[in-house]
Amino acid sequence: MKLIIAYIQPHKLNEVKQELYRSEIYKISVTNAMGCGQQKGFHESYRGVDIEVNLLKKVRIEIAVNDSFVKPTIDAIIRGARSGEIGDGKIFILPLEECIRIRTGETGSEAIG
Amino acid sequence: MKKQMLFLAVLFFLVTVAGFAEESIESLTTAMNMMWLVLTGAFVFFMQAGFALVETGLTRAKNATNIIMKNLMDFCFGSIVFWMIGWGLMYGTDHFGGLIGFSDFFKGPMGDPNFYRDWFFQVVFAATSATIVSGAMAERTQFKSYLIYTVFISAFIYPVSGHWIWGGGWLSKLGFHDFAGSTVVHSVGGWAALMGAIVLGPRIGKYVKAEGKVTVKAYPGHNIPLAALGVFILWFGWYGFNPGSTLSGVSTDIARVAVTTTLAGAAGAVSAMFVSWIWFKKPDASMTMNGVLAGLVAITAPCGVVSPGAAVVIGLLSGVIVVLSVEFIDKVLKIDDPVGAVSVHMVNGVFGTLAVGIWGNVDGVAVGVLHGGGFYQLGVQALGVLTVGLWAGLASLVLFLAIKGIFGLRVTEKEELMGLDITEHKAEAYSGFQIFSNM
Repeated sequence: MKLIIAYIQPHKLNEVKQELYRSEIYKISVTNAMGCGQQKGFHESYRGVDIEVNLLKKVRIEIAVNDSFVKPTIDAIIRGARSGEIGDGKIFILPLEECIRIRTGETGSEAIG
Repeated sequence: MKKQMLFLAVLFFLVTVAGFAEESIESLTTAMNMMWLVLTGAFVFFMQAGFALVETGLTRAKNATNIIMKNLMDFCFGSIVFWMIGWGLMYGTDHFGGLIGFSDFFKGPMGDPNFYRDWFFQVVFAATSATIVSGAMAERTQFKSYLIYTVFISAFIYPVSGHWIWGGGWLSKLGFHDFAGSTVVHSVGGWAALMGAIVLGPRIGKYVKAEGKVTVKAYPGHNIPLAALGVFILWFGWYGFNPGSTLSGVSTDIARVAVTTTLAGAAGAVSAMFVSWIWFKKPDASMTMNGVLAGLVAITAPCGVVSPGAAVVIGLLSGVIVVLSVEFIDKVLKIDDPVGAVSVHMVNGVFGTLAVGIWGNVDGVAVGVLHGGGFYQLGVQALGVLTVGLWAGLASLVLFLAIKGIFGLRVTEKEELMGLDITEHKAEAYSGFQIFSNM
């Protein structure tokens, strides 16, 4: 079991969701996030004074999957989120110790699936 | 302190008595007219604030700075070019049998006091016409291209058709009646808005084509209270727009015009609310606000020649028309007008102008079909609607196509998605909330 965490551009969320759906991955959590990477934020100007703003709007996606689904999930996220420009985001994969479905008490792969 | 007050009171008394000695009915009338037109002109100027708020409230937060800048600058550019060129074309000496005025450009240096009174009262109307367009072209127009447009409408397009009707031109000689500018102001702005929206095309994602079917999406306005405040300010400004158009501070029509204006605006809201309630199952706020403006635009031409009852009927009809028109333009024609400017100002401007020929009831000014005037007045009104529509529509179409060809009219896809605040002005309207999308 793995936990896949991805930070993507907010306007790419819809395409990522569609790609995941096509790859038969239907379970997803999404949160709004602020962050910065190589892009180093953006610049504003107020009355001629330059303002550097570091944090950009991002969307954080979390998906817990069984091992066989790791590759399709990553591929789907990349297909949906890649524009080739700076700021497309990152994907992290973490080992997942346990997963419990609250309603039934199922654990492990069954609870994820 | 008391001594000073006493001294001032005595002085005031003496000055007043001395003043009265030289007053005559004529000089009092001149003074009343001067005060009335400058006061109501200031009311009409305040409508700029109303437009700015309505348009900001009904569009997305990422474009708020841009739309405020457009509303501010169209008045500032417009008023200067209206002094340089517009006034001369509208109220200058008539040429070619009522087709165009031509004199009094860059008027000055001192001149007749009445010129200043009339110019101030007229410039705020010209600016109203110009600012209508920014709403229909919101969220996707290049700022510099909008500035170029606004110079041309205030300097040429508005004054030419204005001359036909208010400047002693050919339509006014036929007996065309447009009391405060349903046609002169609102429909000219509305036609330009329509052409602008057509030449620009819809905002990205407004009409989504999927599997051969086009779905219409909505971009809800980001601040309805702001839009509502704008509507109230516009309504307030209309008490300068219509009652001020008596052009006389001693006119006995002032209060009646204020009454018909009130009733039509209220009736427009009532009927737009009920139509939206029946159609969309809930009373829609932004549509009801459009209903107020529709009623006010429609009563602008006939407000001086109709009874209060007729004003209510005109208002009720305009509220229905505005909802149908918004739906038709959005869902059938698929022209993207973010704030409903075309439906409010063009469609109801046309309706209000024709209403003069139906409900008009003042002998020697306008007698409509329902009051035994026959079809002459309605025919003249229709002719005016048609010719002004052709002029304003074609002239603004050519203007927008020319701007598109030479400078470009629309921002890039990326700029539009990020929002015009950050891309056109490098600043946000709501600093500290990152509302735009980083691309």
